[in-house]
Amino acid sequence: MEQVVIQIDGNEVRTARGNTVLEAARDNGIRIPTLCHLDGLPDIGACRLCMVEIDGRFGTACTTRVRDGMKVRINTDELHEMRRTVLELLFAERNHVCSFCVSNGHCELQDLACELGMDSVRVPYRYPTLSLDATHPRFIIDHNRCVMCARCVRVCAEVEGAHTWGIAFRGTQVRVITDLGVDWGNAETCTSCGKCVQVCPTGAIVLKGQATAEMEKHPELVAELEERRRAG
Amino acid sequence: MRTRLDVLICAGAACLSAHSAAVRDALAREIEAHGLSDEVRIVETGCMGPCELGPVMLVYPDGAFYIHVTPEDAAEIVEEHFLKGRPVERLLWTTPEARRIAEQRKQVPFFAKQRKVVLKNCGLIDPENIEEYIATDGYAALGKVLTEMTPTAVAETIAASGLRGRGGAGFPTGKKWGFVAGAPGPEKYVVCNADEGDPGAFMDRALLEGDPHAVLEGMAIAAYAVGANHGYIYVRAEYPLAINRVEAALAAAHRMGLLGNNIMETGFSFDIEVRMGAGAFVCGEETALIASLEGHRGQPRPRPPYPAVEGLFGKPTLINNVETFGNVRHIILNGADWFRSIGTESSPGTKVFALSGKVVNTGLVEVPMGTTLRELIFEIGGGIPDGKEFKAVQTGGPSGGCIPAEYLDTPIDYESLQELGSIMGSGGMIVMDADNCMVNLARFFLEFTANESCGKCIPCRVGLPAMLEILQRITRGDGRADDIDKLERLGKTIKTASLCGLGQTAPNPVLSTLRYFRDEYEEHLVGRCRAKECTALIRYWIDPEACRGCDQCRRACPVGAIAGTPGNPPYAIDAEACVRCGTCREVCPFGAVEILDRR
Ligand SMILES: Cc1cc2nc3c(=O)[nH]c(=O)nc-3n(C[C@H](O)[C@H](O)[C@H](O)COP(=O)(O)O)c2cc1C
Ligand code: SF4
Ligand code: SF4
Ligand code: SF4
Ligand code: FES
Repeated sequence: MEQVVIQIDGNEVRTARGNTVLEAARDNGIRIPTLCHLDGLPDIGACRLCMVEIDGRFGTACTTRVRDGMKVRINTDELHEMRRTVLELLFAERNHVCSFCVSNGHCELQDLACELGMDSVRVPYRYPTLSLDATHPRFIIDHNRCVMCARCVRVCAEVEGAHTWGIAFRGTQVRVITDLGVDWGNAETCTSCGKCVQVCPTGAIVLKGQATAEMEKHPELVAELEERRRAG
Repeated sequence: MRTRLDVLICAGAACLSAHSAAVRDALAREIEAHGLSDEVRIVETGCMGPCELGPVMLVYPDGAFYIHVTPEDAAEIVEEHFLKGRPVERLLWTTPEARRIAEQRKQVPFFAKQRKVVLKNCGLIDPENIEEYIATDGYAALGKVLTEMTPTAVAETIAASGLRGRGGAGFPTGKKWGFVAGAPGPEKYVVCNADEGDPGAFMDRALLEGDPHAVLEGMAIAAYAVGANHGYIYVRAEYPLAINRVEAALAAAHRMGLLGNNIMETGFSFDIEVRMGAGAFVCGEETALIASLEGHRGQPRPRPPYPAVEGLFGKPTLINNVETFGNVRHIILNGADWFRSIGTESSPGTKVFALSGKVVNTGLVEVPMGTTLRELIFEIGGGIPDGKEFKAVQTGGPSGGCIPAEYLDTPIDYESLQELGSIMGSGGMIVMDADNCMVNLARFFLEFTANESCGKCIPCRVGLPAMLEILQRITRGDGRADDIDKLERLGKTIKTASLCGLGQTAPNPVLSTLRYFRDEYEEHLVGRCRAKECTALIRYWIDPEACRGCDQCRRACPVGAIAGTPGNPPYAIDAEACVRCGTCREVCPFGAVEILDRR
């Protein structure tokens, strides 16, 4: 495959043409924080955590394709501060109480907080009152823990083909819905495949019957499915 | 047939809601009754600009400009003016200072200082009559490009003119056309952005209502230049009149072979569909607009790929603003050099602004780029009402910034406004005087943008409400010492980290007022609002010396917070019971009620 040479934080690296900046970094063992990105799903650039500097301008690594001679900066004070603020906003938005979450210890949001050294939240907490839908026989969605990454929406539409999940409302009211707003248990399109459970990065979509910290997920499943599908 | 008098009645939305249709009917009846039907013609036009004076009406050729006309005035106007040639003075628009009769449109500074290019036909022709448009060289530019120019030459002419997008960002239009023309693929689209979501903005509506063919012609020329055969106009459903006029214009153009298959028998085909948007602000953002046109949720997506490469249905798409398209035919007919002779080096041409707020003449104005804010606000706008002092002007709508008095002599163009921490935006211009609190103003705009955030990306979705909450507590008098720093830090992050232009510009009102009016923020932190607008920080007080005990205030107070006996001053306000509505101050005939700092 044709190679492209780009610079990341001053070092020259090689990657295949057509790759994203995120893929280029990862191929070369360089870590960029991500949340909405998931291998095997189309990228939407929603969480903004993978923000890097590209030729002097800010852009998301998951959605920007490499060009010859591109200069990328990942580790600057400004970018660290930006990522941290974005993460703080996420924690302040809904009710992320890790201590009694079934995903405690296996949560991508929690991992990011550790990685980015987020030891306090400097923005006002919103403490919204949000619902929980346990009408599905096997799964639960707790909107209090949803980060609106839309992985569930994408996996359900693009991989399972069921199109059960959608997004409704806007601003702080925004939330994921099943079948245009009916309870999940009544969503006729849902095949109960469980893919959304596996890709959800937090304790928002979980299996029933899990105790605190018991819920382990396997989001890498999607990439494996993609791989197998491509192999035929 | 030539008529002796043409009566141009404004049928823009503002005048229509002020019952200009009833005035038209009354005039028609009177004209008929006086047997003047062959001599006097009534023409309904698009918005003339001075909306708060409506219904307005201009009589040609004598140039009498009537304002606030009612159906009851019709008989007098017809008898006195149309029959006897004596304009009805009490209804004529006069300049405020000299009370001079505005016999000629040119003599009113509101018009004299303007330069109408885009709005040239608005208020002069009947937008529902294609022949009137054609009589103003309408569709001549389309004919010229189809018969005399190559597509490349058209894009080059637009590029040479220096025209920049009027939808907000000011991207060079010719360059954009070049990108779309050069994008591979047989199928391309032209989209006209008529979403116009800025509260208070109505320049695009005025053009669509007043001269719809100019926009259609601009789109057709663009389509020829980029190689598209289909176009869409995305217009908000709240603009029913604009939609009707555009639909009518489309039908008329089709009938005459000026749109549709094989236009003017040149082999070029182009048709346009009107699509209605539900009116979300974010749907004006080009990628959200395209998603909405495709039937998806109106959410932006990261660029690149730009619509020029991957737009509607994944095909190369040219998307331009209404006013941008409105400029096109004039450039084709008069040449790029002519266009460059108007405006400034970096921003040629004119710009339409919606002037509102604390200014004598509100409404739509079109001026050459490079006109100073002072000329716009004081000469065309007629200055600040009630002899008050100018404080600031907000340009660029809810995502623009505030510009203080010391920059009044700044020539308006894309760069100068940006340097001042504001933007051109689509052309909103809100004037403020000393009674406007800058913190409260910032809060007001943030409330709008926080509500309109689509919720896709975190900085905008959560960051804007976080800023809003801080602003709310500052205006409530509960601000904390580090709140100003927090606002600045959050504002900066939201601007750089947000996905689309909404989040990237939404902090501007806060950051620009912090830049120019930081002392007002600091005063709020110690409980003072100098504009006396933040009700939590003020109290009403009756000056015992001035009070005459007339009892007016006591009777007017909606919560019974005022005590006193008639004829036995002074009266007094119970500060605890008072809801600070200001009614007492309005009714007191002796000016005895004052507003003081709460503390
Ligand atoms: C939140 C947001 C709202 C916008 N609203 C409008 C609008 O109402 N009308 C418009 O023409 N452009 C609007 N734009 C700009 C468009 O994205 C786009 O730049 C423009 O239509 C391009 O046309 P132009 O080059 O002719 O200006 C908006 C942008 C943003 C970020
Ligand atoms: S279980 Fe499968 S089908 Fe049902 S919502 Fe989740 S991903 Fe879609
Ligand atoms: S439910 Fe989970 S996967 Fe779906 S948007 Fe929320 S956090 Fe993402
Ligand atoms: S900046 Fe705001 S409006 Fe734009 S994509 Fe993000 S959340 Fe949506
Ligand atoms: S991972 Fe790139 S924006 Fe979320």
